[in-house]
Order: sequence, then structure tokens, then C-alpha cells
Amino acid sequence: MALSNLPHHISQQFDKELEDIRSKVLAMGGLVEDHLQRVIEAFAKGDFEQAEYVAVNDYKVNALEVEIDSDCTEILLRRQPAAGDLRLVVAVSKTITDLERIGDEAEKIGRLILNVGNPTALRSYYVGMLAMGHHVRRMLRAALDAFARMDSQAALRVAQEDRDVDAETDVIMRHLITYMMEDPRSITPVLDAVLSLRALERIGDHAHNICENVIYLVEGKDVRHLALEQVKQELEASHAAEE
Amino acid sequence: MTASPEGAEQPAQSGLTHGIGAQALREGGSRARVEAHETCLEVRKLNLYYGAKRALNDIDLLIPTKQVTAFIGPSGCGKSTLLRCFNRMNDLIDDVRINGEVLLDGHNIYDRAINVAQLRRRIGMVFQKPNPFPKSVYENVAYGLRIQGVKSRRVLDKAVERALRGAALWEEVKDRVHDNALGLSGGQQQRLVIARAIAIEPEVLLLDEPASALDPISTLKIEELIYELKRDYTIVIVTHNMQQAARVSDYTAFMYMGDLIEFGETRTLFTTPRRKQTEDYITGRYG
Repeated sequence: MALSNLPHHISQQFDKELEDIRSKVLAMGGLVEDHLQRVIEAFAKGDFEQAEYVAVNDYKVNALEVEIDSDCTEILLRRQPAAGDLRLVVAVSKTITDLERIGDEAEKIGRLILNVGNPTALRSYYVGMLAMGHHVRRMLRAALDAFARMDSQAALRVAQEDRDVDAETDVIMRHLITYMMEDPRSITPVLDAVLSLRALERIGDHAHNICENVIYLVEGKDVRHLALEQVKQELEASHAAEE
Repeated sequence: MTASPEGAEQPAQSGLTHGIGAQALREGGSRARVEAHETCLEVRKLNLYYGAKRALNDIDLLIPTKQVTAFIGPSGCGKSTLLRCFNRMNDLIDDVRINGEVLLDGHNIYDRAINVAQLRRRIGMVFQKPNPFPKSVYENVAYGLRIQGVKSRRVLDKAVERALRGAALWEEVKDRVHDNALGLSGGQQQRLVIARAIAIEPEVLLLDEPASALDPISTLKIEELIYELKRDYTIVIVTHNMQQAARVSDYTAFMYMGDLIEFGETRTLFTTPRRKQTEDYITGRYG
């Protein structure tokens, strides 16, 4: 049963509560995306202020997670939601966990950048990650868009991109290893860069998870741990059945 | 529309290269459960008219054995009417016409050859308001057996205790089984009525809003009792309380304006209903 075009609840207060958690998730998503954008700028331009901003402002993301979680608990308690409403609360509760972890990864990258300290070194080790950083940020934005529009097809497309991110990670990793082989003195800063790379890759994974939550929300299908081809087939089969 | 438990017709998953464990767990789990149940009652093309008004439209439905099946839907949707069809309570109402079949063990209960008293012995019923006879607790429970001609005090004592234990009432009334049943609380009276119904060992128990006149604690006791009773009986329950249906039932049927809109495993119907009408009703958008 698709969620689009549902009429209002008899209880308008309930409508408002559900709308509230939805918009708070999007606000939290916007904040996390901003932090990610700032760390990418930090290593693109050697801008340590941006890195520091993210490192000290992650508490805002955490506070939103706690707030939305408590809203979800209250809705479960007061409304005992069913069907699409229940799936919305469950999907929100899972999505904010992923967003909070993306926030943590961005914070980690911020701190790792601050460790490097020297803009030239920063640029040389991180330059390879720039394209990947933008890619992951686009994925996050598209995942949040899919959530806002309850678009399971878009969610599936974004989820498929996670494979590209994993491939990019491998390439950049090999590149970073060459630095360490050439000059053992670079090992410490390059290891930090490897950790940042790993953090970006994890952000891609979390964006992928958010897409799975969107598919669960819209289609009622739990597609975690399934191959994407299979997810695609299942969605096509269920849409064919509806028509 | 034929409604059989969902999952029964799902195609077998095969040839998967990835994620087969999780998939098999989800699909196989529910399929195995559905297949494990025999059919107790089979409703075929059942129509019921109150005078000129059609109250049930072509109902097709399978009630699984020793499971709890809940009927939900707005007032006037036909759920109580359908429930009453299962032991021919509608026969008592003037102006009712019924066509179609309800099969119990493959025999149509609307067949002329069916003895209705015998049928109601096999399919017991409990109503919204507890209706004990103005007799002692003991006599209430023993009533059905006495009618069947059981006279032995020893047999009756045993049967009464077993029924009262089965209805989770024994501990509360064992010292006053000869007191008048009307002195019991509402919740106790409802469990007494259930004891009276199970004393004659029916196969099916029909519960029509059994807890809607009770306080929350008595309601929980009735719900707890339903979990216990399904070990031995097939239970069909009509309830206005959707959370109650979600709590106690294994299968749920959603009815609307005399139609069976959707039937399926309760957990599927309450998380991912297939039909928009079901979704609107269970999420409180109906109206």
C-alpha cells in the first residue's frame, strides 16, 4: 500500500505530530549535510576553521537525535500507530541513528584534518578524496530528498551508488599506500588520511541505509541485507501486482 | 475476492546468490506458519440479507484451526453478522435470508440435515455483555452438561473445575462455586460465561466484543485467556478495539459495508496492509 495521497487522520493533532518528526528529520539531515560540506571544504581549501567548526558543533546533531527519538517514543506511547504511520515512526527512528553516525564521521574527519596542521600536506594527501567527498554528499542529499518525497525508486537509485563509492575507496586507498611506501615519515599523516577515507566510505554506507529505510517506509518491505538486483526485482514485482 | 492467508500463495524463492538467509527466514517463517494450520471453517460465497438490505456480500474466507482470527471494521460493516452466521444465530432473527455455504469439516452448516443444537455444541459463543444464568457458579458451568444428560456428580465436579480452570477463574471462585453467579464482578462473569461455553468442549469459540464492557484489568485477563484457549480451540473474535485485535489475533479480517476487504496474518495486515481502505481504517483516517 503506497503512502501517497492518504487522507488526514481523524485526529489532526496526530497528523501534526507525524509531520513534526518528518520535518525534524529533514532539518537534522540538513545540519549533517552542512557539516559534511564543511569538512570537504576544509580539506579542499586547507580551511582549518571549517574543520574546527564541525569538530565542536557535532553536539547539535546529537541533541536533535535525542529530541526526535523522544518524539518517536511519545507517538508510540500515545497513538499506537499502525501501517504506514507505524512504518514512518520506525523509519524515522532508524534514519536519525544513521544521520547521527554520519555526524560522528564528519566530526572525526574534522578532527583528523586538524591533526595534519599543515595546509600543503593536507592538500596533497586529501586531494584524491575530493571527488569522493562530493559524491557521498550528493548521495546523502538524494537520500534525504527520497525520504522527503517518499520516493522508493529514487531511494533505490541512490542505494545503488554506494557500490561506486566502495570502488572509489579502493582506488584512493592504493594511492595513499604509495605515499607511505615512498616516504616512511608520511606514515602518520597518511594513516590519518586513511581514517578520513574510511569515514567517507562509512557515510556512503549510512546514506545507503537511509535509502533502505525509505523503501521500508514506502513499500513496507525490509530490504536490508538483500542484493540490490533482488530489491529491484521485488519492487517491480510488487508494483506490477498493484497495477 | 477470495481471501486466504497471505503468504500462502507467495512463490518460492530460489536461485538467490545473496541474502538468502534473511530472505528465507522472513518468507519461510510466515509460510511455514500458514501451512501448519488446517482450515476449521470455510466460508463460500456467503450472502446475508436483512429484508431487502444486503448485509454480507459474497464473503469467501478460511478460518484456520486453533488460531485466533479477528474481525475488525467500522460499526455496521457486518462483522458481528458474519460471526453469528458461524453458529446460525441469525436464524433467530426474522426476515433474514442467507445463501452461500459455511463448511465445518466439509459439511455445510446451513444444510437441512444439520441439527442446530448439535452445531452450537460444537461452536460456542460469548457475547459483549456477560449473561450468566441467575444460578450458582457451579450450575452455570454444569448447565450444558446437564442438558446433555450428564448426571454423575463426580463427572460434573470434574468438568466444572476443568472448565473454570480453563477460563482462568477457578482460583478466584473455588471457595464459592455454590454462590450466585450474579455476585461476581463483570470480568469474572465474562470468564464464567467462557467457562460455561468450554465446559461442553466445543471446537470453535465465537467471541463477540468479549471485553468491550470490561475494565482494563479484566480486559487483559480475557486477552490472556484467549492466548491460553487457542491451544485447544479455534477462536474467532469480533472487536472494535484494533490494538486488541493486534494483540490477541494471529489472523485479521477487515470488513467494510458488508464486504471482506482484506484478510491476512495480523502482523502483515497491521504493518503493510495491501488495500487503501484497510490502511485508512487502521491508521484512524476513516471517517
